[in-house]
Amino acid sequence: MSLSYLTPEFKVLRDYDKCINCKVCMRQCSFEVHSYDEDLDKMVSNDMNCVNCQRCVLLCPTQALTIIKHPQTFKEHANWTYDAIRDIYRQAETGGVLLSSMGNDRPYPVYWDKMVINASQVTNPSIDPLREPMELRVYLGRKPDRIEIDENLNVKTKMPPQLKLETPIMFSAMSYGSISYNAHAALARAAEELGILYNTGEGGLHKDFRKYGKNTIVQVASGRFGVDREYLNTAAAIEIKIGQGAKPGIGGHLPGEKVSEDISATRMIPSGSDAISPAPHHDIYSIEDLAQLIYSLKEATDYQKPVGVKIAAVNNVAAIASGIARAGADYIAIDGFRGGTGAAPKRIRDNVGIPIEFAIAAVDARLRSEGIRHTVSLVAAGSIRNSADIVKAIALGADAVYIATAALIALGCHMCQKCHTGKCNWGIATQDPNLVKRLNPEIGYKRLVNLVQAWSHEIKEMLGGMGINDIESLKGNRLMLRGIGMTQKELDILGILAAGE
Amino acid sequence: MLKEGYVRIPSGCAISGIIDRTGRLFSGQSITDSIATMHDRSNGLGGGFAAYGIYPDFKDYFAFHMFYDDLIAKQETENILKADYIVALEEKIPTRKTAHIKNAPLIYRYFAIPKPEKLKLSELDENEFTIKFVFNINSNIPGAYVFSSGKNMGVFKAVGYPEDVANFYKLESYKGYMWLAHGRFPTNTPGWWGGAHPFNLLNISVVHNGELSSYDTNRKYLEEFGYICTLQTDTEVAAYIFDLLLRKHGLPIELACKVVASPLWKQVERMSPKEKFLYTNLKVIYGRALLNGPFSMIIAYGDGFIAINDRIKLRPLTAAKKGDMIYVASEESAIRQICKNPESVWIPRGGEPVIAELIRDNEKEMYSTKEVTA
Repeated sequence: MSLSYLTPEFKVLRDYDKCINCKVCMRQCSFEVHSYDEDLDKMVSNDMNCVNCQRCVLLCPTQALTIIKHPQTFKEHANWTYDAIRDIYRQAETGGVLLSSMGNDRPYPVYWDKMVINASQVTNPSIDPLREPMELRVYLGRKPDRIEIDENLNVKTKMPPQLKLETPIMFSAMSYGSISYNAHAALARAAEELGILYNTGEGGLHKDFRKYGKNTIVQVASGRFGVDREYLNTAAAIEIKIGQGAKPGIGGHLPGEKVSEDISATRMIPSGSDAISPAPHHDIYSIEDLAQLIYSLKEATDYQKPVGVKIAAVNNVAAIASGIARAGADYIAIDGFRGGTGAAPKRIRDNVGIPIEFAIAAVDARLRSEGIRHTVSLVAAGSIRNSADIVKAIALGADAVYIATAALIALGCHMCQKCHTGKCNWGIATQDPNLVKRLNPEIGYKRLVNLVQAWSHEIKEMLGGMGINDIESLKGNRLMLRGIGMTQKELDILGILAAGE
Repeated sequence: MLKEGYVRIPSGCAISGIIDRTGRLFSGQSITDSIATMHDRSNGLGGGFAAYGIYPDFKDYFAFHMFYDDLIAKQETENILKADYIVALEEKIPTRKTAHIKNAPLIYRYFAIPKPEKLKLSELDENEFTIKFVFNINSNIPGAYVFSSGKNMGVFKAVGYPEDVANFYKLESYKGYMWLAHGRFPTNTPGWWGGAHPFNLLNISVVHNGELSSYDTNRKYLEEFGYICTLQTDTEVAAYIFDLLLRKHGLPIELACKVVASPLWKQVERMSPKEKFLYTNLKVIYGRALLNGPFSMIIAYGDGFIAINDRIKLRPLTAAKKGDMIYVASEESAIRQICKNPESVWIPRGGEPVIAELIRDNEKEMYSTKEVTA
C-alpha cells in the first residue's frame, strides 16, 4: 500500500515531569495510542490513533495528559478545507463510503439559538415554582374531540391509550448493539425513576430489561429485530421506525463481529451474522401500507398500547406527518438532521434532512390547519441540548421531546464521533466486555436522573417566568418566542415574530 | 397604530356583575354605580356593559349591535344581513351627547331571524348560522363590527370610562335581570370601540380582568374547531372556549369551569377512583383549553353567569348575596356601593366558580314581563 497522506488529527501532550509511567493511559486506550518504551523508560504516544475521547486525560492520576487539535495545517483555503482534503485522502486510500457517528457536525445555523423566550413584567405576574404549583406532566396519545359524560358524570368516551410522562422528556431510540448493555440498563432504570420512557431502538429488548416494560417504548424497524408477541406486549408503547434524522432514507448495518451471543438472542438472529435493516420497510411502500402495519400492531396488542411512528425530518415532512396521523398513529416522532447515530455515512449525516425547528413548526401548523392536531401527539427529536431547547420545541408545537446524545453525554460520552468503530472507551457505544464494564449503570442512571431533574427545574423556572403553571399552556404557544437574526421567511415558517415586534 | 386584532394589547381591568335570580328586571343604574366605584381600575380607554332581558318584545330575534366606520360598511353589511335574515326592526342605538365620549362610530341595532329557506339550505341550526354570519362580517367587511348578537340581550361599549359609557348609551333607561360591566386599563391606546369589553357571541358575554399567558395555545386549540379569533384578545378566546364547552360539547357548567381552571394533578391523585378517572380524562382531552395566567372573569350565558378566577387566584374577585340577588366584582367596595347590607360576602378561591342562575320556576314570569325599553 502507498504512503498514507493522513496526518494525526490530535496531538497528545504529555508532561514528563508529571508522568509516573503507571501505564493507566495505555490500558485505558482502546485505540492503542499510548505505549511504554522500555529502552527510553517512558510512555510514548501514537498521535495518529488518537480520537480525542479524553479517557486517558481523565484517568491519568497525575494529570500529565492534554489532547490538543494537531497544529499541522494545510495552506489555508476557504473552499478546500482541512476536512474536504482529508476526506479525499481517506476515500482514495480505501475506496469506501466514509463512516461517521453522532449527529451532523457541520456549521449549519442552530435555530434554537436564534429564538428567545418571553417573560412576564407588570401586566402579568411571573410565578415562582418554588412557592406555587407547576405542572410538567404530559400524556402522549390520540385525544378524542370531546369528552362525553352521562348525567351521573360517568365518562362515556372511550379513551385511546395514553402514555403518561411526568416531565416532557424521553430517552430516544438507541439499540442494544449500537450501545452497550450497561448503557441500556442505566437508561431503563432512569426512565423508571423519572416516570418517563426510554426507547429500545430497533435491536430488540434484552430479557433482563423486560421488568422496565411500563417505561419502555419498543421499536419495530425494517429489520424487525427481536419482534415477537411478548416484545410488543411487554412495552408501554410501540414505535414504528421509518427513518432517523442522522441518516434519512437509508437503513442500518450492525456488523457480524458485534453480534455476540447476547445480542443474537435479543435480536433473534444467528450470532456472528450481519444485522441489516433495509432502507425501507419492505411491507411499507406507501402510506396505506403504514396504516396496515399500525393496525396490525394494534391488533397484536389488543388496542391497549399507543403505536407511534418515527420519521426523519425531510422536505415534505408536514404532508407526511398528516398522512401518518390519518393512518392511525397515536404519536409522531420527528427526528431532525442533527440527530445522533451509532454509525452513518458521513455525506448522508451531513447533508440530508432539515432542522427539527422547522420540521416541528411546519408539522404542527399543518396538522392544526387540517383540524387534526389533537388527534396525534408530536415528539421532537434531533439535538435537544438543554432545557431551553425543550421550552422552544414545545412552544413551536411539540408535546414532548426525545433526547439521546444529551443522555449519552450525561453517561460520559465525549463526542469523539467514533461510535461506529465499536471501541468506545467510555463503555457506551461498544460491545467489548472489557470496555462495557467501564460504564457503571448504578452511577449512570443517577447521572441521567440528575440531568432530567435539573432540566425539569429549569423548565419550571422558565414557565413561571412566562406566567404559565402548566406545560399544556406552552404547547404551540409561539407568542412566547421571538426570533433574532432570521429572515422574514424563516420567521414565517417558525410562525414567530421578530424580537421587538 | 395598528387596530386591535392586528396587535395584542395586554390590559388590566375592573369587572362587576349582578343577577336577580327571580328574573325581575332592574335598571342599568345599579351596575353603573357599581363599576363607577372602581374608576381607578380603568384608564378611560374602554368601558362596557352586557344587559340581559332588555328586549322582551323581540326575545325570539337575534339582536345585532353594530359599529360602522362609514356608510359603505353599513351598506355592505346590510346587504348580507338582509339577504339571509328577516329584519323586524332596525334603528340607531339611542345615545346622548356627552363630553367624555368622542369619535363615536355609527351605532345600529337590528332584530332579525334567519330566513327559513336560507337556514334550511345551510343545514345549520340558527345559532351556527348566526355565528357564521358574525364571523363573516367581522372578518370580511372592513369598518363593520358586530359587537352583540344574542337574543333578548345586548352589549353596550365604547372607548371611555364605564360610567361615561353608561351615560352615553342611556343605560338607566334599560331594564334587565342580569348585568355585567367592565372598565379597561389597556397598555396602549388603540382607540377602537370594538376592542372594548364585554366580548359577546350569541348569548355568551365575557368581561375579563387579566392576561392569559396561554393565549396562543388556546387560540390554536379553538381554530381546530373552526373558531376564528379576530381580536387577539383574551376575552374573545375565553368566550369561544366557553361556547365550545357549553354549547358544542354540552359540558355541565361546573365541569366547563374545571377545564378552564383545572384541578392540579396533585389534587386529582387524591380523588375517588370515579372522580379521578373523570378529571384525568378531562385534563388529558382539554389540556390546551386551560386558561393559564392571571384572570378573574364573568361569563354570562343567558340563564345566569359564572364568575371565576385562575386556579392560583392571581386577580381579585369578590362575591356577595342578598336574597335572590348575587353580586360579583373585582372589589368589595363595588358591591357595597349598591348593596349596603349583603347577607354574605366571600372571596372565591382560585378556580372555584361562583355560578348564579335564574330560578327555573320563574322563567315564564320573566319572559311574560312586558317592560318597554329604550
